[in-house]
Amino acid sequence: MAMFQEFIQQNEDRDGVRFSWNLWPSSRLEATRLVVPVSCLFTPLKECPDLPPVQYEPVLCGRPNCRAVLNPLCQVDFRAKIWACNFCFQRNPFPPTYAGISEVNQPAELMPQFSTIEYIIQRGPPTPLIFLYVVDICLEEEDLQALKESLQMSLSLLPPNALVGLITFGRMVQVHELSCEGISKSYVFRGTKDLSAKQIQEMLGLMKPAPAGQPGRPPAAQEMHFFLCRFLQPVHKVDMNLTDLLGELQRDPWPVSQGKRPLRSTGIALSIAVGLLEGTFPNTGARVMLFTGGPPTQGPGMVVGDELKTPIRSWHDIQKDNARHLKKATKYYEALANRAAANGHCIDIYACALDQTGLLEMKCCSNLTGGHIVMGDSFNTSLFKQTFQRVFSKDYNNEFRMAFGATLEVKTSRELKVSGAIGPCVSLNSKGPCVSENEMGVGGTSQWKVCSLNPSTTLAMYFEVVNQHNAPVPQGGRGAIQFVTQYQHSSTQRRIRVTTIARNWADVQSQMQHIESSFDQEASAVLMARLAVFRAESEEGPDVLRWLDRQLIRLCQKFGQFNKDDPASFRLSESLSLYPQFMFHLRRSPFLQVFNNSPDESSYYRHHFMRQDLTQSLIMIQPILYSYSFYGPPEPVLLDSSSILPDRILLMDTFFQLVIYHGETIAQWRKAGYQEMPEYENFKQLLQAPLDDAQEILQTRFPMPRYVDTEHGGSQARFLLSKVNPSQTHNNLYAWGQESGAPILTDDVSLQVFMDHLKKLAVSSAA
Amino acid sequence: MNLNQQPHMASPYAPPQPGYQMYPQPGYGAPHPTQQYAPYNGHTSLYQQGAPPAGYSPYSGFATKTYAANVLSDSFSSSPPNLGQGRAPPVSGAPPVSASDSYSQYAQGNVQNGPPSVPSQPQRPPVSQSYAPATVHPGTQPTYHQPYEAPTTSVQQITGHMAGMHIGGPAPNLAGSTYAPPPSSQPMSSAAFTSTGPPNYTPQLASASQPPSSMSMTPGPPPSMYGAPPTSQPSFPGAPTPPQSAFAGVTPAAPPVSQQSFPTGAPMSQPHYSSVPTSSSQPSMGGPVLQQPPFGAVPPASAQSQFPGAAQPPVSQPSPYHSVPPAAAAGFPPPGGATVTAPPRHPGMQGPPFANQSMSAPPASQPNHTGAGMPPGPPIGGVQGPPPQPGLQGFHPQQNGAFGQMRPPQSGYAAPYPGQQNFGIQPPPPAAAPPAQKRLDPDSIPSPQASETQPVQKTRHRIDPDAIPSPIQVIEDDKANKGSEPFITGVRGQVPPLVTTTFQVKDQGNASPRFIRCTAYNMPCTSDMAKQSQVPLAAIIKPLATLPPDEGPLHLVDHGEGGPIRCNRCKAYMCPYMQFIEGGRRFQCSFCSCVTDVPPHYFQHLDHTGRRVDCYERPELHLGSYEFLATVDYCKNNKLPQPPAFIFLIDVSYNAVKSGLVAVVCEELKTLLDHLPRESVDEESRIRVGFVTYNKVLHFYNVKSSLAQPQMMVVSDVSEMFVPLLDGFLVSVGESRVVINSLLDQIPEIFADTRETETVFGPVVQAGLEALKAADCAGKLFIFHSSLPIAEAPGKLKNREDKKLVGTDKEKSLFQPQVSFYGNLAKECVAQGCCVDIFLFPNQFVDVTTLSVVACSTGGSVYKYSHFQAQTDRDRFLNDLRRDVQKPMGFDAVMRVRTSTGIRATDFFGSFYMSNTTDVELAGLDSDKTVTVEFRHDDKLSEDTGAFMQCAVLYTSCSGQRRLRVHNLSVSCCTQLADLYRNCETDAVISYFAKHAYRTVLSSPTKNVRDVLVNQCAQILACYRKNCASPSSAGQLILPECMKLLPVYLNCVLKSDVLQPSAELSLDDRAYLRQLVSCMDVAESHVFFYPRLLPLQKLDVEGDALPVAMRDSEERLSRAGLYLLENGLNLFLWVGSAIPQDLLHNVFGTASFSQIDPNMTSLPVLDNPFSKRIREIIESIRAQRSRYMKLMVVKQDDRLEILFKRFLVEDKNSSGGASYVDFLCHMHKEIRQLLS
Repeated sequence: MAMFQEFIQQNEDRDGVRFSWNLWPSSRLEATRLVVPVSCLFTPLKECPDLPPVQYEPVLCGRPNCRAVLNPLCQVDFRAKIWACNFCFQRNPFPPTYAGISEVNQPAELMPQFSTIEYIIQRGPPTPLIFLYVVDICLEEEDLQALKESLQMSLSLLPPNALVGLITFGRMVQVHELSCEGISKSYVFRGTKDLSAKQIQEMLGLMKPAPAGQPGRPPAAQEMHFFLCRFLQPVHKVDMNLTDLLGELQRDPWPVSQGKRPLRSTGIALSIAVGLLEGTFPNTGARVMLFTGGPPTQGPGMVVGDELKTPIRSWHDIQKDNARHLKKATKYYEALANRAAANGHCIDIYACALDQTGLLEMKCCSNLTGGHIVMGDSFNTSLFKQTFQRVFSKDYNNEFRMAFGATLEVKTSRELKVSGAIGPCVSLNSKGPCVSENEMGVGGTSQWKVCSLNPSTTLAMYFEVVNQHNAPVPQGGRGAIQFVTQYQHSSTQRRIRVTTIARNWADVQSQMQHIESSFDQEASAVLMARLAVFRAESEEGPDVLRWLDRQLIRLCQKFGQFNKDDPASFRLSESLSLYPQFMFHLRRSPFLQVFNNSPDESSYYRHHFMRQDLTQSLIMIQPILYSYSFYGPPEPVLLDSSSILPDRILLMDTFFQLVIYHGETIAQWRKAGYQEMPEYENFKQLLQAPLDDAQEILQTRFPMPRYVDTEHGGSQARFLLSKVNPSQTHNNLYAWGQESGAPILTDDVSLQVFMDHLKKLAVSSAA
Repeated sequence: MNLNQQPHMASPYAPPQPGYQMYPQPGYGAPHPTQQYAPYNGHTSLYQQGAPPAGYSPYSGFATKTYAANVLSDSFSSSPPNLGQGRAPPVSGAPPVSASDSYSQYAQGNVQNGPPSVPSQPQRPPVSQSYAPATVHPGTQPTYHQPYEAPTTSVQQITGHMAGMHIGGPAPNLAGSTYAPPPSSQPMSSAAFTSTGPPNYTPQLASASQPPSSMSMTPGPPPSMYGAPPTSQPSFPGAPTPPQSAFAGVTPAAPPVSQQSFPTGAPMSQPHYSSVPTSSSQPSMGGPVLQQPPFGAVPPASAQSQFPGAAQPPVSQPSPYHSVPPAAAAGFPPPGGATVTAPPRHPGMQGPPFANQSMSAPPASQPNHTGAGMPPGPPIGGVQGPPPQPGLQGFHPQQNGAFGQMRPPQSGYAAPYPGQQNFGIQPPPPAAAPPAQKRLDPDSIPSPQASETQPVQKTRHRIDPDAIPSPIQVIEDDKANKGSEPFITGVRGQVPPLVTTTFQVKDQGNASPRFIRCTAYNMPCTSDMAKQSQVPLAAIIKPLATLPPDEGPLHLVDHGEGGPIRCNRCKAYMCPYMQFIEGGRRFQCSFCSCVTDVPPHYFQHLDHTGRRVDCYERPELHLGSYEFLATVDYCKNNKLPQPPAFIFLIDVSYNAVKSGLVAVVCEELKTLLDHLPRESVDEESRIRVGFVTYNKVLHFYNVKSSLAQPQMMVVSDVSEMFVPLLDGFLVSVGESRVVINSLLDQIPEIFADTRETETVFGPVVQAGLEALKAADCAGKLFIFHSSLPIAEAPGKLKNREDKKLVGTDKEKSLFQPQVSFYGNLAKECVAQGCCVDIFLFPNQFVDVTTLSVVACSTGGSVYKYSHFQAQTDRDRFLNDLRRDVQKPMGFDAVMRVRTSTGIRATDFFGSFYMSNTTDVELAGLDSDKTVTVEFRHDDKLSEDTGAFMQCAVLYTSCSGQRRLRVHNLSVSCCTQLADLYRNCETDAVISYFAKHAYRTVLSSPTKNVRDVLVNQCAQILACYRKNCASPSSAGQLILPECMKLLPVYLNCVLKSDVLQPSAELSLDDRAYLRQLVSCMDVAESHVFFYPRLLPLQKLDVEGDALPVAMRDSEERLSRAGLYLLENGLNLFLWVGSAIPQDLLHNVFGTASFSQIDPNMTSLPVLDNPFSKRIREIIESIRAQRSRYMKLMVVKQDDRLEILFKRFLVEDKNSSGGASYVDFLCHMHKEIRQLLS
């Protein structure tokens, strides 16, 4: 077991890949019986400090429908200067530049440690990065001020040659022209009228670069450039102007009468942003950054009317089919997102408001294009400010941690086909020999577009073993998968990262043990969770839970050791031991439970769950709980109500929240001010310890979590209480008043009950 | 005579009758059926002779004299056969009595040679004939036109008969009535007339014998003025006899003088002549007739009258007015008679000729006929020539009616029909001819006549332009009579001084004439009366007129929270006419008679006269005009209004930038913004301003004071306009001064390199409208626009100028907007209180018709600067702009005119919109805008109480205060037509006519519009003649004193560019003028139609009085002179080619005529009193007008002179407009036709 864990870890570190199974069942039938599909979490841009990119282009297999990249798994005939594609077995000659190749002089891509390798493509002109700010000006003065400052600050963080543009919106939508001197100029659009991309370009004067009547002047490139650039200018040229412009932004001047929401034309603003980029910089990396402080209230894409007496839709309304604008708006934003995605542009949404802002409807804009969604209470919070700053964070090479316009292609060896992907991607509808008919997630293709990537962006890829039972794979055979990710690096280079991995085939009959021990329960939990969340987007909550339970029971039946109808005899091997617990917490998580969450929150949580890497995803599923006390160093404790003790300080990380919880006694001490007394220095340190740890997490996480400092009995303690396993409740009386733990006032089942039921069902012969 | 008659007989009879009948029908048909026919025929024939008939119809237009000539010729040609005779007639020469041939010859001779022929003829005869003809023609011609054909023959006959004919003809008509009165003589005359008519025809034949009968006849007729005619007719029936009678009549008329004439004329022509002579007096009428012919020469008319007078004078005097008329009547036959009368009036006239006599007579007659005096000199022609004028003048004074008639015929017709008429009259011509020619000669140079045949000229000449009513004279008289005393408004129904007179007003309970002018200050009590008189009842209201400092401002009355006190039923506001009853506890409304309780806080005791004790403390109880402070109930949405806003929308397309417009506007706005209208109590204006530029997209500007730099916001979505910003768009000038200046500095730079040539317009207005909507205030848009909006957007237009449509039935479509978009938009603007002013700077067609719809419906103005170039047009534009921005105005106004029970405001003219039939909605109302309201009876009015009207205007002041301005006016009511005619204002009538006609061109062909106008005026004058003037010969043109200028002014309206465009005039120009006139006040429309022509060469450099204006006729320009002409829109300085050196040097600083730069727009500043004074005058004239006039220097014989000549409205113009003289003749003819 240890062997596999190590192997898994190595593979993840090197390739950014975690498979649910690290030995693959060799036949289709067996594979389906394993319940958890052969699948993986793939982090295309995983940061690999020891992976210097190579400055040449990859060598491709010559077969038209293969085009696999030369990799360490290929067989090479150094003398004949020929290599055999390990996917299609085509024999390919090396290109002339490889003339000097030999056993001792191998190119990097043939070395085993370069199962992941990155190529830099030199072809084509460098295309600048584009940042288009779409700013809501229907904000409170304070919020707007904070936002303006953040935006101004961001100018200094942008790559100097990046193009930047500004669209503001409220009742109207203004596209600001940045090139003019003196008077600032903007194009204004009505917030209620949907315009086609062509109309938008016409109205912005982008269609006819030169007004009629200029005889003999060809539409010179320079002129084109000018027109293209009126709204998008290099940061270094306009940062002063733009800083001033941002500084002068006024709140939307249109009066908002009492009982009304401000009119906010988010839909049109986005449409114009998309249209503008579509017309000027198709297929160039671009980020549309939407900053909004409330729901769209007019025009296409409106989420709620401007009457305050009509509240914005809740899950209740949605279930009752009472959300008037939901379908229309969703459809509208989906169409926009697809247009943006088709052009390789991504849309970020920074929504800061106390109420909902329509993320439910708009989420697809980010989900489909790889953009970020950040949700906060106000632009004037560190949560937003820090998070926004972190968008422009740089890696150890001092390069932005962002990549654009990526296409991810998957190639598989013959025994495998790809069923689909789940993550911030859209299908490119590329049919090929390795595409399975059985779709899971976004399927039916072997290529996906990921408009924006960062090093933690992780996609779940699902495969299908297609090898038939009666055609066994030869002993020692390996299956291979190649991920080819082409993207625009933040340095504007085009790059191609190729990851080729292989796993052994195993015969279920004879090697069940091995297969079981090759199970990666963490990865599997996340992969199954993604499937569940993916379903949850389109299905009713209970159906998804039922499906999830069913899968769990089947897995337990398959791999558990038990006597029929004897729950007490049920045992799971080490490699699966944590899996049910993950499922227990997943069932309670906001990804599947909408109770107590607004539709926007659910969308927000799901958005992040669908793109974070395995570690973060696990934290989301099952938050981490640390305990600080005088009795020893900080220790992780069970996410259980029994961990909540008066003399402890708890630090819980749910990814979205960081909660520091002071036990009853600690809280009293703190209130009494002992930490101020020199003789209680240790208490002060104890109080400080979780803060420091929290700080560390806050420093690195994107988006920045909500930071909660609370204590026993505090209202904010609910964040903790809602997460822990309710092992003690008002129902199990024996816990009342006991020293250990705190009862949770809930009717939710505890892990204990859940496990009991699971065992019962797993061993039941009826199932 | 005999000869003539014979001729007539010969052909005549057969033809005549037909012809007559024909005529009759047309003209007389209604009046006197068959019987009349005879007479009429006679008349007609006479007229026909005027025959102009043939000519006329064609010329109806009055063509110029030249036409007349043609006409003559035409008629001749047409009637050729007859002509023989006909000519003879024309010949009136016939008069010569000689055979028709001879006549014809004469006629021709007369006509053409007029003079010569005359010679042959008896001197007078000719004269008289001429008159007769002239007059006759005039009168008859119109009607006859149709007839003419037939007439032609008849004409000839007539002509032949002329003498008789004329006499007869005229007589019948006028004579009948008027003459009859004239007494015995008249009777005669009348008889004569009637008879005459016939006479001519048959008459002539019988004439001799008939006369007698006619004589008898006449008597009969005379009695009943009208009756007379009939009688006469009857007589006619007896064709022969009638004629005779006619003659007789003539003779009768003649008797006095006529006899003599008769003698001469004996038979046919003589009658005329003779009659003329005889006519000299009423009898003259008769006589006059003959004479008239002579008089024919307009002046003559007067002169004639005089002459007649001379002879007649006595007679006429006896029966003064009538007598005169008689004369006129006599004239009829030969309008001459009329002329005669005319002369009287026109003092000037003629007196000379007749002068003596007439003069004397005139005086007497004047009373009546003053107008009559007219003596249409035409007929007088010969006589007139000389005398007429004098006489006329002299007569004029008299006025009433005489003048006109005579002259008219002569003038207008003479020329036009002229020919024929003249011919008809010809006899006279001959006679007259000589004289006429003489005059002509003098005048000839200028005279249009030149153009045509001499005859015509002669004819024309026959009517001395000086003998017909002179606008200048009237204006000067009014100045002298009324200019010195303040006009006190307390007395009900008094006619205020003319608009050209400077006077002071004291408000004592009626609104100042500066606010309201009426067409009639004595309203007919019944609708029948109103219908009969055809005098329009209208008030021209200028609610926010600027008052001189010593008369204003109006008092502001605050009745507290309850708002102004009003009648419960009709909602009239408290005013001096309200009667307090029951000790002051209630008041009775003077408009609807409803009794309303006086609110406790307003209660006041009454004094012994029943007046409130506080009457003189409260403006609303003793003043005609005052203002109320309105309460929130009077506001839109029951919310007190915001201060209004001004939005400047500037075209920045290529053309606008290139012409320098953009730079000029921006530069000017910087200073102009400091002068926005404000209340006197405010430190600075509370009006907010906003700026927009546009080409095919719109640029809004954020000029919020907190910004360092203005911000431009481009709206490209012109298909659905909206306003991109609110806060920062409309700002207070004081606060945002710096930003605004910065913006105005930058706009020209930003667009300096633009290549955008397409513009939009609809969205521009929408943008302003939306901005005001968003700001929830009223306001005004200033749009500076350069070209036809062809860019794709709502309100897109296409070039539809099609000169081929001009003059066709489809012409009206050119005055209708090509799309309905702007009409609907205007509606929205009005609802919001958005007034739109449009400044156009077109280089080509911009479709003013369509674009101006918005301005015209919102109380806005349109300014047009074709081919604008910054250097040359800058001053004009900027001055207009300054004035437009600064002038006091109200916003979001609603005007309602309430009237006493009995009349009702039924029609409204001006720049406004009406969504129902009573409320005039004006998005904006400035101090120059007038609204013309027409009243109709719906019941009887009482003579005791008079009629009241109250015009209430609810508006938002420039500071955002809601106010009600109330103007009250009471006028008298009358049961006598004479009172009506004595108390009306011609300038107002003309203003009303013009507005009405200009609106009617939207639905009728312009020709119809002109005809209707002529017709209505003829009816007005005919009604007067029939009911008010003392009996006189039908040939006499008798005009009411108050309306003696009606024909000349009407002619100006008819010839105006809208109704009768010259070929080079663009559709845009016409549309522009059309909408301008609709909201002109009386002073503006007056000078617009009758431009002011000031001689400068003999300037008194010391004094500050303006030189006395001159009549607008080229003949009066001296080659050595320097003249300034202005009409409120154009300002010309005409330089004669023989201008003296020193003048040249003093004014232009150049040594020779050829060195004068015709392109200069301002005179060089030279340091000599002459130059200084001229420039002062120019400045003062400009200051009087609401629009700045660019100075154009016109050198004699330069190409620009053509343009200039269009403004010499007494001359005929190149596009077919008649000269004053011709038109007067035409008018006379129309009148006569109506009377018969």
